[in-house]
Amino acid sequence: MLPRSPTGRKAYLCSRTGCSKSLKDTNITNQTYMAEHLDIQELEQVVVRFSGDSGDGMQLAGNIFSTVSATVGNSISTFPDYPADIRAPQGSLTGVSGFQVHIGAGKVYTPGDLADVLVCMNAAALKTQLRYAKPDATIIVDIDACQQKDLERAAFATDDPIAELGIDSDRVVACHLTTMVKDALSDSGMDQKSMLKCRNMFALGLVCWLFDRDLEVAYAFIREKFARKPAVAEANIKVIQAGYDFGHNTHSTANNVRRIESREKVPGRYMDITGNKATAYGLIAAAERAGLKLYLGSYPITPATDILHELAKHKSLGVTTVQCEDEISGCASALGASFAGALAVTSTSGPGICLKSEAMNLAVIMELPLVVIDVQRGGPATGLPTKSEQTDLLQVLFGRNGESPMPVLAALSPTDCFDAAYDAARIALEHMTPVVLLTDAFVANGSAAFRLPDLNEYPEIHPHYVPEELRGTWTPYQRDPETGARYWAVPGREGFTHILGGLEKDNATGAISTNPENHDLMTRLRAEKVARISVPDLEVQGDKDDAELLIVGFGSTYGHLHAAMDELRAQGHKVALAQFRYINPLPANTAEVLRRYPRVVVAEQNCGQLAAYLRMRIDGFAPEQYNEVKGQPFVVSELTSYLTQQLGR
Amino acid sequence: MERTAQDYKKGQPRWCPGCGDHFFLASFHKALAEIGVAPSDIAVISGIGCSSRLPHYMATYGMNTIHGRAAAIATGTKVANPHLSVWQVSGDGDGLAIGGNHFIHANRRNIDINIVLLNNRIYGLTKGQYSPTSPRGFVSKSSPYGTVEDPFRPAELCFGARGHFFARAVATDAPGTIEVLKAAHAHKGTAVCEILQNCVIFNNGTHDSVYDKAGREHNAIYVRHGEPLVFGPNKEYGLVQDGFGLKRVEIGRDGYTIDDILVHDAHAADNTLQLKLALMGDGDGFPVALGVIRDVEAPTYDEAVMAQLAEVSAAKKYHTFAELLETNDVWEVK
Repeated sequence: MLPRSPTGRKAYLCSRTGCSKSLKDTNITNQTYMAEHLDIQELEQVVVRFSGDSGDGMQLAGNIFSTVSATVGNSISTFPDYPADIRAPQGSLTGVSGFQVHIGAGKVYTPGDLADVLVCMNAAALKTQLRYAKPDATIIVDIDACQQKDLERAAFATDDPIAELGIDSDRVVACHLTTMVKDALSDSGMDQKSMLKCRNMFALGLVCWLFDRDLEVAYAFIREKFARKPAVAEANIKVIQAGYDFGHNTHSTANNVRRIESREKVPGRYMDITGNKATAYGLIAAAERAGLKLYLGSYPITPATDILHELAKHKSLGVTTVQCEDEISGCASALGASFAGALAVTSTSGPGICLKSEAMNLAVIMELPLVVIDVQRGGPATGLPTKSEQTDLLQVLFGRNGESPMPVLAALSPTDCFDAAYDAARIALEHMTPVVLLTDAFVANGSAAFRLPDLNEYPEIHPHYVPEELRGTWTPYQRDPETGARYWAVPGREGFTHILGGLEKDNATGAISTNPENHDLMTRLRAEKVARISVPDLEVQGDKDDAELLIVGFGSTYGHLHAAMDELRAQGHKVALAQFRYINPLPANTAEVLRRYPRVVVAEQNCGQLAAYLRMRIDGFAPEQYNEVKGQPFVVSELTSYLTQQLGR
Repeated sequence: MERTAQDYKKGQPRWCPGCGDHFFLASFHKALAEIGVAPSDIAVISGIGCSSRLPHYMATYGMNTIHGRAAAIATGTKVANPHLSVWQVSGDGDGLAIGGNHFIHANRRNIDINIVLLNNRIYGLTKGQYSPTSPRGFVSKSSPYGTVEDPFRPAELCFGARGHFFARAVATDAPGTIEVLKAAHAHKGTAVCEILQNCVIFNNGTHDSVYDKAGREHNAIYVRHGEPLVFGPNKEYGLVQDGFGLKRVEIGRDGYTIDDILVHDAHAADNTLQLKLALMGDGDGFPVALGVIRDVEAPTYDEAVMAQLAEVSAAKKYHTFAELLETNDVWEVK
């Protein structure tokens, strides 16, 4: 028998924060009201993981909970962990979808290693997700979805999954969730199937109670999402309320009810944003600032497709998206659009880069602006389509024939995708070059609160057009003496007709040339142009003056590496972190920083690509390496235990 | 403004003497002069191959890109600036082998570009391998015992991809080529012009039956919309429908008069008879059809993209990035 919900335990419930009812333009203050006879356990941070069938709506429940938490000013970091199957067989082990969110009073850098609360909507979720929960985590299970059939599908040997997995029943909230959902909707006139679609909302309501979240914010979210189906919205709201009430009435928590009070708030107006959406927004912002139309040529590929989805919506901003016949055409058509004077972008993941390499290379020799977004995933080949890796670094740096220098940036976090995309576009347009922006499944799907940017705080973007005074004397490969960038002459402009192409051209005339000296010169000029791009210095965080150990990473591992550094410093170690955002060209102070500390560990989610690149670029650099290729984010505790060992050596 | 072929000319072509590309280029310059679009409003985009060198001899904007991708690149150029007159120039390998996917999808989308397909049924630049238009059994360096595969017939591929314009000309036939190019320019949507072009070095004589004027008198039929499908030195032959196919008849014989002869309808949406015309001449006793075989109005991709931009833009309330931000659920932290 499954354990019943533990009741009669001491409940800790606190009141709402002073949050207004509408989600839009909500005014949040720090003000809180203590309800009578209730204790509050203040938490610094908490990790919640929702898990269920891929059709159970776990991503939605997780998203709403994140938004509700962000609304009160908590720092959030999310990680959707979903299977490649769209709808695996119901109740099967392979079809489990998870959504993890880390909520903090102070800044949180990662979605968290292990969950404090794990929601399992069925037996399969319980079985596969337990490994992501802390040993003392609260586990919420729908007993109705742990019947004989479900247990068989999840390959349980006995009829008591809790005991079989060795879980302490005191920390399990096992409830008849499905039954309660049906009860809540009994007079709604809904059919069985529609009712069951609301199960995720019960879990959401229960978790909202557990963490004292304001349901009105969740309701506003639901009403907006189902704006065209008010009946569905109201049913969902009813179920959220039922879940919340269930928690309240039964005090159904094995541990405590907690609240995460916000600290370190940066005042401002915020929205929730995923990395992919932030990338799309960064491109839109850059196009606007450059006075250009935005063109995206793309082909659907996980985990990059949401960029195409997002940009396809915004035709009122003059954004053109072409869903091409293949990855090749995605990049090639973007290059054609660049020739015609657009801010041209192509978005993809690693397998798409393989196919785009040829047109990316053409962009190198034609010296046209192009932004290539690579949302990395597990490889090689199809690999792990929904999982995250940093294994495309060397591919984008070197995976083309000939000497083919290309600037490469890597975004540090979901919100940094905005800045990085903006910067990639700026570099492309001002330096007349293709630019690669590396993100990955982890930052692309993860979300965080995004402070609405004021574009006036961002650098202006000046596309490198041919100045009028060069009319009559201009040749296609004439360069800006300072940056080495050639000029952009856009078709339609009289007096500047010219031919570009994949064949080497004479530097002076722009005509096809096989002259050996000219080819050598052109090769160097293209490299020099990229090398001259000015990028900010590499920033060192932590104990920058006296660290015993420097952690080095790039892109999306920033949060995990930062959290690991914080933990080690809290233990009294002297540790610093240098996270690369600009990879080509490298920041000017790279060698100096890497040589400054007695011990350096390069930690990355590949087999040592950044380390290899840095060894190649920095004479005598011989770092330790921490490499992991599991398709999952780093685990901070594993990082710290490895780094502690290094420190003790 | 009166323009001449000279306005579109640049440089000295480097093709082999006698190459069909020279003839085509001269006709292309003349056709553009007659069309009259400013050179600065034209983009000529090619892939790789002998014929793909052509943009270098144009005083227009242009790109000589990478193998097979010209249609994809041209698509981006046209969508980004629909005002431009965009011409893709490809050979049979560039256009139909490595670029086959882009060729069919350009036709399917019906983007307003003109695709010039210079078909010499051979890979010239790599020195003589069979191409996807070489006939079965064709002996080349890469098929010393003859190919064991059937060729593409460009018209069939175009029609199969729902193409709305297909025309054919012989490179040495300047008036025929100019007529076809002007019709392609006038047509809104993807316009495929197959130019039968002779490679003097690696596949000399492949189009011999129609390559000179005398040959065309006997072995070709010039098709013109609204005119009867007659051919021969004295227009003494004609085409009639016969069951599910076409039949070649002699006017005045077996009771056939000019009134029995099929009248060409390039504008018919149903491409059945147009395809039959386009496939004639493959050693089947029929003449090779030259001229505009199919020319049907249909919505173009680039116009539809622009129309949708305008329509959505009028309907939506946000038109700047700052306004876009406000469409999200925004909260304030004080």
